Amino acid sequence: MEKFIWAFIVGGGICVIGQILMDVFRLTPAHTMCTLVVAGAVLGGLGLYDPLVKFAGAGASVPISSFGNSLLKGAILESQQNGIIGALTGIFEITSSGISAAIVFGFLASLIFKSKG
Amino acid sequence: MSSKKNKKLTPVQQEYQTFAKIREPKRPVFQNCVRAFLVGGIICTIGQGLQWIFMKYFKFTQETAGNPSTAVLIIISILLTGLGVFDHIAQWGGAGTAVPVTGFANTISSAAIEHRSEGYVLGVGGNMFKIAGPVIVYGVVSAFIVAIIKITIKWLGGM
Repeated sequence: MEKFIWAFIVGGGICVIGQILMDVFRLTPAHTMCTLVVAGAVLGGLGLYDPLVKFAGAGASVPISSFGNSLLKGAILESQQNGIIGALTGIFEITSSGISAAIVFGFLASLIFKSKG
Repeated sequence: MSSKKNKKLTPVQQEYQTFAKIREPKRPVFQNCVRAFLVGGIICTIGQGLQWIFMKYFKFTQETAGNPSTAVLIIISILLTGLGVFDHIAQWGGAGTAVPVTGFANTISSAAIEHRSEGYVLGVGGNMFKIAGPVIVYGVVSAFIVAIIKITIKWLGGM
């Protein structure tokens, strides 16, 4: 139960950072998302993101910053087995479920739904 | 950056720029942040609930439960986008819906639905990643650079 509260607080906090980037620094949503993804990869490289995921669960793994961290994690894991080329082959190892789901269901949605307006 | 841009403008244009800046509606930053916190927090709590379900009923571990629950969140937000509900939530929640993975799914599906009239190959296929593409590009490039740095440090340390 405690985990749900931390997920709420940490997830909400990351979204507030995004909102501040959008409102105060006047970034577009796309720029905000890119900034957070790069931040996630850098934090993952410093070894700070995984403890956060362990602590806050979905609060850290649902925001887009975990996308950068997962990309990095896949690259590092594969490179430990196959050397430096593993950084290329393993980069989508963990995130592939998210990207595939988004592509497949996004395409299906375009078959079913018509745009409004 | 804006002062650099202003130097190229004529005095009248500069006058207009300052005039427009004063008239521009002030963004309610604090209110937006509270809304983003609430909506983002609720989405992450739903994600945590999904993880709990996957762990309890489908024998996923703490480590692996993140992937299927992310996929479920993506499917839900694509459905909500198609039904036209997501726009209303996003209007209210601001970054609260854009920052979690739901925003990523929303940009992909809304671009796909919107460009359907241009045909399925060039319209849907070509525009699907129009907004989500930069996120993947910057994510992959930065992850690759960080991975190379980490490997190099490890290699030097192992010498």
